[in-house]
Amino acid sequence: MTLRLGLLAAAGAVLVFLPFWVPSTWQNLLITTFYYAYLGQAWNILGGYAGQLSLGHAAFFAIGAYTSAVLASQYAISPWLGMFAGAALAALLSLGIGYLGFRFGLRGFYFILLTLAAAEICRLIALHLPLLGGYTGLFINFTPNPWQFQFQGKIPYYFIALGFLAAGSGIVWLIQRSKLGAYLVAIREDEDASEALGVDTFRYKMIAYALSAALTALGGTFYAYYQYYLQPNTVLHINHSVDIMIRPIVGGAGTILGPVLGSFLLELLGEFSRTYFAGGMAGLSVVIYGVLLIIVVLFLPRGVYPTLAHLMRRRRPGGAT
Amino acid sequence: MSLYVQAIVNGFLVGGVYSLMALGLSLIFGVMRVINFAHGDMMVWGMYLSYWLFVTAGVDPYLSILVTGSAVFLLGAAVQKGLVNRILDAPHEMQILLMLGVALVLENVALMVWGPDPRRVSTTYALSTFWLGPIVFDLPKVATFGLALALALGLYLFLKKTDLGRMIRAASDNQIGALLVGTDILKVFTLAFGIGAACVGAAGSLMTPFLPFSPSTGLFFTVTSFNIVIIGGMGSFLGAFVGGLLVGMSESLGAVILVPSLKEIVSFVLLVLILLFRPQGLLGSGR
Repeated sequence: MTLRLGLLAAAGAVLVFLPFWVPSTWQNLLITTFYYAYLGQAWNILGGYAGQLSLGHAAFFAIGAYTSAVLASQYAISPWLGMFAGAALAALLSLGIGYLGFRFGLRGFYFILLTLAAAEICRLIALHLPLLGGYTGLFINFTPNPWQFQFQGKIPYYFIALGFLAAGSGIVWLIQRSKLGAYLVAIREDEDASEALGVDTFRYKMIAYALSAALTALGGTFYAYYQYYLQPNTVLHINHSVDIMIRPIVGGAGTILGPVLGSFLLELLGEFSRTYFAGGMAGLSVVIYGVLLIIVVLFLPRGVYPTLAHLMRRRRPGGAT
Repeated sequence: MSLYVQAIVNGFLVGGVYSLMALGLSLIFGVMRVINFAHGDMMVWGMYLSYWLFVTAGVDPYLSILVTGSAVFLLGAAVQKGLVNRILDAPHEMQILLMLGVALVLENVALMVWGPDPRRVSTTYALSTFWLGPIVFDLPKVATFGLALALALGLYLFLKKTDLGRMIRAASDNQIGALLVGTDILKVFTLAFGIGAACVGAAGSLMTPFLPFSPSTGLFFTVTSFNIVIIGGMGSFLGAFVGGLLVGMSESLGAVILVPSLKEIVSFVLLVLILLFRPQGLLGSGR
């Protein structure tokens, strides 16, 4: 335990000083890594712990991004407050989808498609809403005012992203230790059996979904004020839902370190393919990325963290395998 | 009024080829429980192959389905044998990731080879039409409908009447039972993925006479296939067929009633309604 705390403190110290040492392109990479690890952590609550795979988290993300942006531009409400309005709206939508889906016992493939369809409906609606800028997208004016969630340079964003990730991981850690976490894992492992044992599966799946959606929406606000531009065909696209879910799965769904490791690994692979292959033909770097993804799945079919943990246990004398 | 009837007729005709595409997805899911996220991209490869044969050798796309069907069969069988068969006992979400990786590779290799600009197979009969009363029929759409129907019927007979077809259905109904009676399940998987892929590859070729396409076309058809299979009923042959026709008609009507860019929303709303009130699908039986 002390060793663990020591490691955590050392890692924390490195992370605090890291952005001042590395060049700005690296800062950007680290911000993206933290930020997708955070989104992965939010997805993890529903997809990893409760085992309800969602391919529609882009919808919650976009609700968070658009709500805070519109509240700031139309009603002069600071995004620091607006982000919670976005989170509440996203939680409401998730409860709506969850109510419909879980009430009727949709599972597995059917639930995945319900979430996908919901996100696609949101995308099509957003494209036709003048308030959100339609196809042109929504631009956010840059006024370097921290109260408006806007900062000069990358370092403040680095620390906010890191803070998001730390807070998100903390929440997941708390869930994992709580009864809720145990219920969610029970639902994932065998829904019928846990129902038979008296677990209110509907209720806990709803809680997991709402939490997951709200946290994802908070991440959407960060994106809005990091990119200063929102377009439905990027933020609400299926590919974005895929981006959100892919990291926790690669890292190991249903573990705290999974989304973090997955995010680091995929960011590295993505950067590798962009750096060495983006200059060539259009599409080549994505092909390389896709091939690397396939290789990762074939060689680490349980995910990065579970595989590592398994190896560690085997090495320790007397440890169970 | 005739505008709507016209839209329904056009949607119905396009729906036939949607059905063929969805039958492929339904077969793959039914047997392996794998969601083929690369379904639309496999279709796009069928389309480009037809295009290439048309441009270089003047082969009519209705003829080249023999080549594209076989080629995409091999592609699908290779994906199953080389990739999916290796991770059969991994968590379910890993299979999804694997197929997403395959989809990325297929789409972007197409982008490298043919570039992002839309292509079109301009046959001499591309714009031929005939009238039946007040309704106009596009000749290519009618021909595509007929051939898609014939191929679907062929698949049906294959599954019902041949030994291989029975093996595939056995593996789909009860995998352990099929294993117990000595079915070589990995071979059946490879075959089933190949046939499912061949369906969508042929469907792609059949669409080229009236549909311009680009590498990014695939995703739309992947999602449309998902919709159809759920609407019709997972694992139901007739369901996938009826679902295809329904989605074709609803998209076509949606484009007329709403704006064309919103046409997809009709089939998504249809999907949500089906999921809510009849989650087993229109013609599915239980889950």
